[in-house]
Amino acid sequence: MAVTKEKVQQVEKCYHCGDKIEETGYHLDEHDFCCLGCQTVYQVLQNGGMQQYYRYNQHPGKSNKEKQADFSYLDEPQIATKLVDFKDDKMTIITFYIPAIHCSSCIWLLENLYKLNPNVLQSRVDFMKKQASITFNHTLLPLKDLVYLLANIGYDPKITLQDVVKEGNKNNLNPLVAKIAVAGFCFGNSMLFSFPDYFGMGAFEKEYASFFGYINLAFGLPVLLYCASDYFKSAYVSLKQKRLNLDVPLALGILVLFLRSAFEVITQTGAGFTDTLCSLVFFILIGKWVQQRTYYHISFERDYRSYFPVAVTLLTEEGDKPVQLADVHIGDRILVRNNEIIPADAILLKGDAAIDFSFVTGESSPVSKTLGEIIYAGGRQTGEAIELEVIKPISQSYLTKLWNNENYKDYDKHFQTFVNFISKYFTVVLLAIAFFAALYWAVDGSANRAWGAFTAVLIIACPCALALSSPFTLSAALSIFDRNKFYVKNTAAIEQMATIDTLVFDKTGTISSPKATSIYFEGSLNTNEKTLVYAVCRNSSHPLSREIVKWLDVYSDVPVRDFKELPGKGMEAIVEGQVVKIGSASFLNIGNIKSDGSVVFIRVDEELKGYFTMEQAWRDGLSALIENFKPRYDLHLISGDNDRRLDALKLIFPSEACLMFNQSPMEKLGRIQKFQQAGKHVCMIGDGLNDAGALRKADLGIAVSDDINNFSPGCDAILDGESFSKLSDFFAFSKDAVKVIHMSFGISLLYNIIGLSFAIQGIMSPLFAAILMPISTVTIISFTSLMTRWYAKRHKL
Amino acid sequence: MEIMYILIGCSVLLALVFLCAFFWANKSGQHDDTYTPSVRILFDDETAEEVEK
Repeated sequence: MAVTKEKVQQVEKCYHCGDKIEETGYHLDEHDFCCLGCQTVYQVLQNGGMQQYYRYNQHPGKSNKEKQADFSYLDEPQIATKLVDFKDDKMTIITFYIPAIHCSSCIWLLENLYKLNPNVLQSRVDFMKKQASITFNHTLLPLKDLVYLLANIGYDPKITLQDVVKEGNKNNLNPLVAKIAVAGFCFGNSMLFSFPDYFGMGAFEKEYASFFGYINLAFGLPVLLYCASDYFKSAYVSLKQKRLNLDVPLALGILVLFLRSAFEVITQTGAGFTDTLCSLVFFILIGKWVQQRTYYHISFERDYRSYFPVAVTLLTEEGDKPVQLADVHIGDRILVRNNEIIPADAILLKGDAAIDFSFVTGESSPVSKTLGEIIYAGGRQTGEAIELEVIKPISQSYLTKLWNNENYKDYDKHFQTFVNFISKYFTVVLLAIAFFAALYWAVDGSANRAWGAFTAVLIIACPCALALSSPFTLSAALSIFDRNKFYVKNTAAIEQMATIDTLVFDKTGTISSPKATSIYFEGSLNTNEKTLVYAVCRNSSHPLSREIVKWLDVYSDVPVRDFKELPGKGMEAIVEGQVVKIGSASFLNIGNIKSDGSVVFIRVDEELKGYFTMEQAWRDGLSALIENFKPRYDLHLISGDNDRRLDALKLIFPSEACLMFNQSPMEKLGRIQKFQQAGKHVCMIGDGLNDAGALRKADLGIAVSDDINNFSPGCDAILDGESFSKLSDFFAFSKDAVKVIHMSFGISLLYNIIGLSFAIQGIMSPLFAAILMPISTVTIISFTSLMTRWYAKRHKL
Repeated sequence: MEIMYILIGCSVLLALVFLCAFFWANKSGQHDDTYTPSVRILFDDETAEEVEK
């Protein structure tokens, strides 16, 4: 059974990347390949004796259908020095971010790079971060060649300006880890030295009691001064701002614990609570650590720089020269090739420009520009290479301005979390109980008991369990989202998600997928003509040609003569004596026909047969998703595109939804603001730069992306396009996660009441505290983790 | 029973050694990548006949 299954897979799928093999595949060494790229990688590996790559995993490669990028700028020493980690006169160490790393074969191949090129001295992969650190001899292997070597085997490193700038990306957790280690160390030891007292000491052991006490105090000191220092700082800051956060009762509890322990040990009236102090700090630090866990490979704070290329090709009198973006000045002439991004506002000097602004404006069809027209930065050229003259510095271009718009910047979101809400009241109630208990016993005339009760209340009610319930619940939820390809920036964003009642969608790229296209044909083609068109289109690797081939659904291998393909225009060939021309309106000399989307005309021998229209298709499960959202959420659509698909959208969206089109980025932001002013909690779901302001202004901004490593605007969560249909489950699950936090708050309150009932009587023993604290902590941790996973299962996440 | 003081001193010292060892390991980056080595160890040295997934 297993054998047959494997055989079937080998027939249908590319040996290298596992993609389905369409039309005419490539064949080599009894293996099938989907494209020339995959076959080339296979050959490179085969020649280098690296066949093992294919043994660790089936189809370990990544599809190589997309064209290779131009890395010639790496020859510029100015750019190169910014990328390398270390360089001396012989070798260089560089760390690349390689998004294609996804399986053990990748690790094996990249760590055996030296077999392919002996000038690679060492390479080390960090799988989780998707990074490879490579040491190489730069005298024999220039950086550029190394990058080409990687690109040739399908592992293109991602080099963006943000890498060059390399700022504060490293989230340094080390101080926290060190604090946890010290707290754990002190916790273990002080517990050991507290045991004799808990078990009761014999007469002769009593002489050690004060010695143990002082040792315990010695362990408590670093915990108080070093491990818990952040809590004191935070409590101080929050008191200064007259806001009570949870760190106030925590810091108070820690301080009182230490003071009472010191008092008891020095006056020799008791054993003190040092072990409770240590365990408390240890646990809350762990909670903090769990909460701080972040993603290595996704950045939520990307700015326009990561969207731009690292370098552009400058046209100088001495010829083409790649320069870094910062060195591009007004008046420079630059060359922008097919699929490259225009880095600065510029005037078109030469060539046919068809600029795809979908990312900037949301408009889905390419805009053609005539010579002398201004082209704004951020567009992507489709078609032949064009020459431009820069008219504005990069930092002042339209795109950059859009990004740096003051209106966008103001919204530093402050999420109101449940814990923040509770802690306002918690501290007040806690202090009230403590003072009440102290007063009661003071009136009763026993000052000792008053002091005992006062401190005991502050100790036992220290909201340790409460401080842990949110981090553990939400980080469990975070990892469940992560598994479902929904990447939420931090734990607070999940709580925010639960409060959302209004969803606003963008159209292009969000509810429609840039990867899936629907194709329509208008006109008529008979079977014979179909085979002619097929014969021409199968020679092209252009995505539109592939779509047409799929649509035609015929097969023939008639020979094609004089095949010519003009990028961005069309193609021409002679099949069976007939001239077949396929391409854009201008290519076929058909005047300017008003059209939407990409249009491909077909002409056979001077006779226009009709045209194909390509449009982005809705994402899978869109209508089901909207149906799921309908009962509980207000749904709206704000698009920067025109309203030609309004009718289709009206069927999908509920009748009361606002469907708005032709909205500029600022208008989008304004719409969100209006919803918010109407008291709604708005979630914006968008993808492009034109949504950037709205994403930031909304209570929760979700960016949809088909390749999470690619650029996405600043947001609170990134959703992989694949998981788009699960969005309603994600929202329902976030509500359940908050429910879990509420429940665990109830549990921790229960423990507090039990503890308090002893504390206010002034009869709490150190043993009691030492048992209650860890038990409540363990209960909360296990309850939250189990409940969260149980809810996730219910939502099939 | 004066030996108790020495014993306790020794045990705390030993524990401190382990704490320092942890700090050293953390600082030298041993906890930076906790996944890749687990895969790396499974690779065969050179061509073997059957390789498990």
